[in-house]
Amino acid sequence: MNSFQWMWRQLTSMRTALILLMMLGLASIPGSLFPQRNQNPMKVRDFISHNPTLSHWLEKIQIFDVYSSPWFSAIYILLFISLIGCVLPRSLEHVRAIGKKPPLTPKYLDRMEGFSELDRPVDGTLDQAQAWFKKNHFRIRREENSISAEKGYSRETGNLLFHLSLILILVAVAAGGLFGSKGETILNVGDRFINTPTSYDNISFAKFQREGDMVPFSLRVLDFKASYDVKTNAPTDYTLKVAASNPIGSKEVLKTIKVNSPLTYGSTKVYLQANGYSPVVAVRDKADKLIFEGAVTFLPQDGNLTSIGAIKLPDMVPQIGMVASFLPTADRSPTRGAFSSFPEVLDPRLLVSVWMGNLGLDNGTPQSVYRVDTSKMQRIGLKALKLGEIYNFGEGTLTFEGYRSWVNLQIVDDPGKIYALVGAILAILGLLTSLFTRQRRIWIKSDGRVQIAGLAKNGVPGLDEELASLKIALMGIEE
Amino acid sequence: MTSRNLAYLSNYSIYSAMLLFTIAFFAHAIEVSFSVKNSTDSEKTSFDFSRTERSGRIGTAMMILGFLFLLGGVVLRGASAHRVPWGNMYEFSITGALAFSGAYLFALAKYKLRWLGLPVSIAVLLTLGTAITVLYRPSAPLVPALKSTWLAIHVSAAIVSGGVFLLANTIAATYLILDRMEERGGRSEWAKRLPSLETLDQLSYRLVAFVFPLWTFAVIAGAIWAESAWGRYWGWDPKETWAFITWVAYAAYLHARVTAGWRGRKAAWLCLFAGSTFLFNYVYVNIWGTGRHTYSGL
Repeated sequence: MNSFQWMWRQLTSMRTALILLMMLGLASIPGSLFPQRNQNPMKVRDFISHNPTLSHWLEKIQIFDVYSSPWFSAIYILLFISLIGCVLPRSLEHVRAIGKKPPLTPKYLDRMEGFSELDRPVDGTLDQAQAWFKKNHFRIRREENSISAEKGYSRETGNLLFHLSLILILVAVAAGGLFGSKGETILNVGDRFINTPTSYDNISFAKFQREGDMVPFSLRVLDFKASYDVKTNAPTDYTLKVAASNPIGSKEVLKTIKVNSPLTYGSTKVYLQANGYSPVVAVRDKADKLIFEGAVTFLPQDGNLTSIGAIKLPDMVPQIGMVASFLPTADRSPTRGAFSSFPEVLDPRLLVSVWMGNLGLDNGTPQSVYRVDTSKMQRIGLKALKLGEIYNFGEGTLTFEGYRSWVNLQIVDDPGKIYALVGAILAILGLLTSLFTRQRRIWIKSDGRVQIAGLAKNGVPGLDEELASLKIALMGIEE
Repeated sequence: MTSRNLAYLSNYSIYSAMLLFTIAFFAHAIEVSFSVKNSTDSEKTSFDFSRTERSGRIGTAMMILGFLFLLGGVVLRGASAHRVPWGNMYEFSITGALAFSGAYLFALAKYKLRWLGLPVSIAVLLTLGTAITVLYRPSAPLVPALKSTWLAIHVSAAIVSGGVFLLANTIAATYLILDRMEERGGRSEWAKRLPSLETLDQLSYRLVAFVFPLWTFAVIAGAIWAESAWGRYWGWDPKETWAFITWVAYAAYLHARVTAGWRGRKAAWLCLFAGSTFLFNYVYVNIWGTGRHTYSGL
């Protein structure tokens, strides 16, 4: 046996498969204790800034990207190969054994479970036993003076089905990672979205996904309604209404998207993920010329949708930046200052602090659209605006014209998931079959004396009752 | 009846259930401690179970009553909020206690398990006590992410699995304690009534084998739900990760028994380990963990 064969045999042994499964379980633990980049990049950044030295070492073992790290993938792939090597040969063997008869009756039955000798005439014993076996759906091997019967063959069928389904799930998960795409976009009520890569705020494509393969649909956001519980302020319902056309240009259809019911086009789904407010403002310069008018997306900071954002006006001379908060239901407290006390718009305020100077937009480093870099600016005004109010900040005026809701849509294409679902359903069926089928053999010999015995695989209970029932059938009386 | 009245009624039911479980606890404690008969022959201690039979029966009766009141409490809680009662950790806990005591009573009908009454009543009391003092939240509607038929399917499967896993754990722990006693020269007086080690070993295995497919189903139902609510069926969210770890641990336990022939002490430890990953998931990830399963309401 050469070393490759040896390695293959080691890798595909059941023991190795089990160890790898345990290792996969252990390897997934750090990912649940440390923040993960693909789930919460902000948390990772916070963690790194609080523990710089530790993080330096943790980064080397990809502790913030556990589930896409080489070492995690290595275990995953080894488990996959090991499972295949373990299960496929067994499946072939099982298929070959389907038509076969049970193994020969052992020579000495008295060493087996539930052995007993029956006090009855030899004549006709085997025929009578055969009838009983047939009636109870045993598979039978009849020799000259013995019968070997087996039942519960589907235990192994279920067992193999379960493990083959696991392989299918692993393939489906891998397929999801190699094909498909996942992107997000923020849309204000009234906005239109066309499903092309450039429309997204961010989008990632899998290795083998071509960008041209996206479903050619478009959406127009008609309405978004959020309702809240007045006692707890917790949300009770989000309903998004869109006019969708697929392909673009075809007749628009009215669709409703909710948190638990995405809009579906084949393997592409559109999910409602988050929502917030975009105040609508107009800025005019000293000459009353309109510089900017529109909805500015603000980021919610708490459950009551106290939101922060920035209004940047690089075209004004000098440049103007506004650090702003939007309060859907304004309230004040001595400790917290101004805050929102309810997530619905009941008494809105736009709080702005106006800064003048250099916005720092042309020095090349990317800036957040929700924040103003005020390091080269000076503050020239502070104001809380009511709806419709106009604020003159010296260099111009700001009008708080209104607000719109925005929704964050996540658009995911995962062609692998249907196979994962099929795999999961088959896995459950296989598991139920294998765990609830009892596999056992019963032998009967009649060479001068009548002997019976049995064997319950994995020590499952019930064999004794079965043997007793056979005895009753043979003796015609209860023991 | 108004939602508020229903919520109060639910709380009274839970308090009554706690009282009943307390009585059950004392009844079982008396049953265990008074069944020893002092005999004149000091070498041998004999038992007189007839003396405590009544106490044991009272214990079981109180358990059944407690279970019914608990059931009432859980149902009323759901009725008060017009939904299934699985919206926050208080509700998960009272339903978990219901599943646990239910699993015990169900098993009691089939096996001679009354000796488990003592640990079961203690565990249920601790769970309900924690629930009503630390985890309690007023009855309220569900957040949008939980509004799905999968809530009823996924959460009920998870809670029932949890109840049975913990029962199997209780039995495995009993096994280990008794095993140690026997090794050190025989069981203590109170332990002589308990079943043989082999029975305990088989019982904990059967419970796990029975409920493992349900747990698998709970994880899969969660994945299907996650796909429709969060846009992916599996995202290594801490809760998902630990559900997977629990699944792997029990899969290892089943393989160890069926294929490698593990029995007794080693198997009991593995069972305890697997159960502890479930508890860790429930306690740690719900309360201190991050991720999307943050429905504890704390």
